[in-house]
Amino acid sequence: MSAFVALDGVSHAYGGAGGTLAVEDLSLSVAEGEFAAVVGPSGCGKSTLMKLATGLQFPFKGEVAVAGQQVTQPVKIAGMAFQAPTLLPWRTTLENLLLPLEIVEPHRSQLRRRKADYVARAEALLASVGLDGQGVKYPWELSGGMQQRTSLCRALIHEPQLLMLDEPFGALDAFTREELWGVIRDLHAARKITVVLVTHDLREAVFLADRVFVMSARPGRVLVERKIDIPRPRDLEVTFTSQFTDLVHELRGHIVRARQ
Amino acid sequence: MNSGSLGVRLAPWLFTVVMFVLWEAIVRLFNIPTFFLPPPTAIAQAFVDFWPAIYRNSVFTLSTTMIGFAMAVGFGLFLGLVVGWSRTIYAGLYPLMIGFNAIPKVAVVPILVLWFGIGFIPAVLTAFLISFFPIVVNVATGLATIEPELEDVLKALGASKLDIMRKVGIPRTLPYFFGSLKVAITLAFVGSVISESIASNYGIGNLMLQAQAQFQVPLIFAGLVALAIEGIVMYWAMAVLEARMTKWAQRSGFAQN
Repeated sequence: MSAFVALDGVSHAYGGAGGTLAVEDLSLSVAEGEFAAVVGPSGCGKSTLMKLATGLQFPFKGEVAVAGQQVTQPVKIAGMAFQAPTLLPWRTTLENLLLPLEIVEPHRSQLRRRKADYVARAEALLASVGLDGQGVKYPWELSGGMQQRTSLCRALIHEPQLLMLDEPFGALDAFTREELWGVIRDLHAARKITVVLVTHDLREAVFLADRVFVMSARPGRVLVERKIDIPRPRDLEVTFTSQFTDLVHELRGHIVRARQ
Repeated sequence: MNSGSLGVRLAPWLFTVVMFVLWEAIVRLFNIPTFFLPPPTAIAQAFVDFWPAIYRNSVFTLSTTMIGFAMAVGFGLFLGLVVGWSRTIYAGLYPLMIGFNAIPKVAVVPILVLWFGIGFIPAVLTAFLISFFPIVVNVATGLATIEPELEDVLKALGASKLDIMRKVGIPRTLPYFFGSLKVAITLAFVGSVISESIASNYGIGNLMLQAQAQFQVPLIFAGLVALAIEGIVMYWAMAVLEARMTKWAQRSGFAQN
């Protein structure tokens, strides 16, 4: 498999080359259809990685390529979701979902003509994350978990090839979080989409990912790359096996060393 | 929208009545002369006696206020969007605007008179000058507080700055904008009355000035009451407009029902 997302010797600093380094000599590659998780101590430049891979920031050294193309502008084939659902309160859930289609081509120019198609697609997507018929509600009428599901749907509505998740479940309670792990797992399995998940939660990383990258403290680079060979489909029960806890334990050891 | 209990709805009327009753009682009790502080009944009588003049001048004041206010809305909205659009423009204009806002508008009226003569135009312009600032600040604030994550989501899709402005910036600014109108309309009213008091032959401000010259103290107070009533009506109109236009931003009101 060729690399779908490739960062090669990337250094990035905020405030120009002389500023504080966020990442230094960062190399990482994610194959097409792979689920990659990036973990690390806080402030290790995980969010910078997100911005570099989606073309919101450009490194002063090294190269970033997505889908075989060097990244010189926003990539447009990526969907993003963050810890905060950032839904627009003046739009219904369904209208929030349609927002990316109002921006990205070719949907943008087809929106008026194919409105019914797009609405149907949005409703199907909502149903696939367990939000059937919730499209008419406003975001503030939904629970935190439901808002985050909506945010995921918004990231997926334009059928991106790459899904970038920045601690998407960080603000949710433990049970809702595990429920949403299942949602993401199923979306990944069904759509064969490439996913890069940035997280603090090692159990989340091990449960969801094919490979976990451990980053160092700032300036961030990849310290360890760990393949997770737990067979799919994975059930939540897997998190109670010794294979799972051993992996989490091992990664935790790396993080502890990274913090020193 | 939030109906509340009967007590809450009656309270404003009750408090107003109590205030006037107390006023009347104090004036009578202490035998305060009418030329010093007229009782509400004398003010009401002045209202009746001078109704044509009060009415005519109120209409004049209201129209200068509304025209000045309309100009402030247009200009304030425009300038707020411009300031919110570019950080350079923001940095450049902000000190200028603050400096301008610090100038007491009463000091500007003589200049306006010099340019435009007395009467209608200085009143409109004073109303405009005094009331556009809060609109600018509020619109710019609304734009400045867009969540950076949301901006990232849209930028990563290739959204232009104009897209982000249209889809997120402007809708998100509306509650700030409509909120600022309540402040702006009251200020516009103050502006036109100031200008009328200094340099006009019309308007409630001028009416009060003439009443003072003729020592008709109840009429001065009738002018004040007329101003207060007009101010309340205009504020209320803006509050209703705000509630209608930005329902989504007033969720706490819904939650109570």
